[in-house]
Amino acid sequence: MTAAVLQNVLASVGGLPSIEFSSVAPSIILALGGVLLLTVVSVTKDKLPVWFPAVWTISAAVAALCTVFRLWIRVGKWGNLSLISGAVGLDRFSLFVIGTLCVSVVMGALLLEGYLRREDLEGPEWYVLLLLAAAGGTTMAAANDLIVLFIGLEILSIAVYILSAMHRRRMSSLESGLKYFIHGAFASAFLLYGIAMVYGATGSTNLARISTFLADNVITQNGLMLGGIALMLVGFAFKVAAVPFHQWAPDVYQGAPTPVSAFMAAAVKTAAFAGMIRVFVLALGPTYRDEWRPMVLALAVLSLLVGSVMALVQTNVKRMLAYSSIGHAGFILVAVHSSTAMGTSAALFYLLSYTFMVMGSFGVVAVVGRKGDGHHQLSDYRGLGRIRPGLALAFTIFLLAQAGVPLTAGFLSKFYVIRSAIDSGDTALGVVAMLAAVIAAFLYLRVIVAMYFEGEPGDEVAPVKVPAAVSVAIGIALAGTLLLGIVPDPVTHAANEATAELVAPRR
Amino acid sequence: MSNPLSDLLRSYLAVGLFASLGFILVGLLLFLSWLVRPSRPQAQKYISYESGVDPVGDMWSQSQVRYYIFALLFVMFDVEAVFIFPWATRVELYGVFGLVEMLVFIGILLLGLVYAWRKGVLRWA
Repeated sequence: MTAAVLQNVLASVGGLPSIEFSSVAPSIILALGGVLLLTVVSVTKDKLPVWFPAVWTISAAVAALCTVFRLWIRVGKWGNLSLISGAVGLDRFSLFVIGTLCVSVVMGALLLEGYLRREDLEGPEWYVLLLLAAAGGTTMAAANDLIVLFIGLEILSIAVYILSAMHRRRMSSLESGLKYFIHGAFASAFLLYGIAMVYGATGSTNLARISTFLADNVITQNGLMLGGIALMLVGFAFKVAAVPFHQWAPDVYQGAPTPVSAFMAAAVKTAAFAGMIRVFVLALGPTYRDEWRPMVLALAVLSLLVGSVMALVQTNVKRMLAYSSIGHAGFILVAVHSSTAMGTSAALFYLLSYTFMVMGSFGVVAVVGRKGDGHHQLSDYRGLGRIRPGLALAFTIFLLAQAGVPLTAGFLSKFYVIRSAIDSGDTALGVVAMLAAVIAAFLYLRVIVAMYFEGEPGDEVAPVKVPAAVSVAIGIALAGTLLLGIVPDPVTHAANEATAELVAPRR
Repeated sequence: MSNPLSDLLRSYLAVGLFASLGFILVGLLLFLSWLVRPSRPQAQKYISYESGVDPVGDMWSQSQVRYYIFALLFVMFDVEAVFIFPWATRVELYGVFGLVEMLVFIGILLLGLVYAWRKGVLRWA
């Protein structure tokens, strides 16, 4: 290839990309925070205090959150941006998702702090991987190009594969890491193959260009495009654990170290749904919605029903929460299915409130798991209401919120989702969602009954230690769950403003 | 010329011709050498490396698990080279921007090496 050809290629994409580093600051802060933490800790070896990595991680996440607020105002004033030759799109949708991811990093780091000390595990690597995973998630949330989306997904997934296998002394942790890796690799292959097919059909991987191409042209031989859409949907469905691509989730959530399960349920789901909304609702929404909506409908209904029914028969609380997270994925899929701006903001509100609820729930599970992270049977929760009333109360609130009780975040998030479904004319889907919520309520009540009403008052109950960092995390989650339920207006307002838009790259 | 399919097939004709020519040539050479060479089989001649080291054991042998770290580090820097070579052929074109980007890339990899070094994986003990 001669220089002239290269020059032509560069000219055709509008020259070398100019990068506004301030606009991708959240991703850079998270990624650089991870890499620098690794270096600093490895160079100074054991001279730093034990709490250093956790504090570093939280500071990085809070710093990233601050830039999110700054960019939020800037985007409001100057409009949505297309950066790095259209590879990254900065709108309030992506900023909302990035903010949610930062929140889950803060809580994840706090949960890890207590967990690592209890399990005598060392290493800043956990925190490094947490930050890198979040950096991948933010890349996904702002992706305006299928390739960037895929890279973000891989950064996120690879870090989480390792995290779930990091508890090296527990066989189940290694097993869960391997299972997650194999399933995730399949999902990535599906997604990538779908991307290749869509590229073949439309001639671009840029979401804005795909969207305009599909608006301007009618593809007469649709097979390649439809195959691509289906394969991409399968890839995303694996990542968000939607039925029938959910089989990995219970095993992985059960086996992974509990703080990692929390992060997986909150952050991985958030990032994957962000990518799904960008691709399906934004790029393919105007032209191909009639093709992909029935598929998403099937995924949503199956996830709702299978998630809540299967959760009922579990006796392991972590597994139960895994199935319930499948049910929650079903709810968010209902919002995606509506394919409207209202559905998108409902999904965003759901993702933020689910982050608080699930982080709090798994936080309680992490401390009740006791040393060894092995006490997760329903019987291990007997009498928790007596020996740890505060912890049991917090868990009760998280579970009621997940069930969708009013005055908690869970009620409004379910309400917005069902409203978006009914608003777009899918009353039947709304009814199925409500039915699933009722079924799921029973399983949350089972845990509450075990905590308060089972076991004799004289029974020996193994003591449960709650480290300070974990109680801070549970406190944050509790505050988030209740505030979103009682004064939802600021967040609802933000979620409504967080409309996603595809900004065409400047030429 | 009117039928596009036959056009396509015609362009593959050259490939087919060359392939069959290759088979015929190699077959002919092997046949000729078989015809003229003397045949005196000896056990020595059937060893993998006729004048080299004697092979020991079979191919399912175990190797040190410690090598995997070196394999990982090798892959890391191998991939780095894959990116650097094409960049190096066109440095002027990418200018200062490209230089800074590449330095960032190398810098991140170097931090990885620092981590590996401080973890003691480079010491063979």
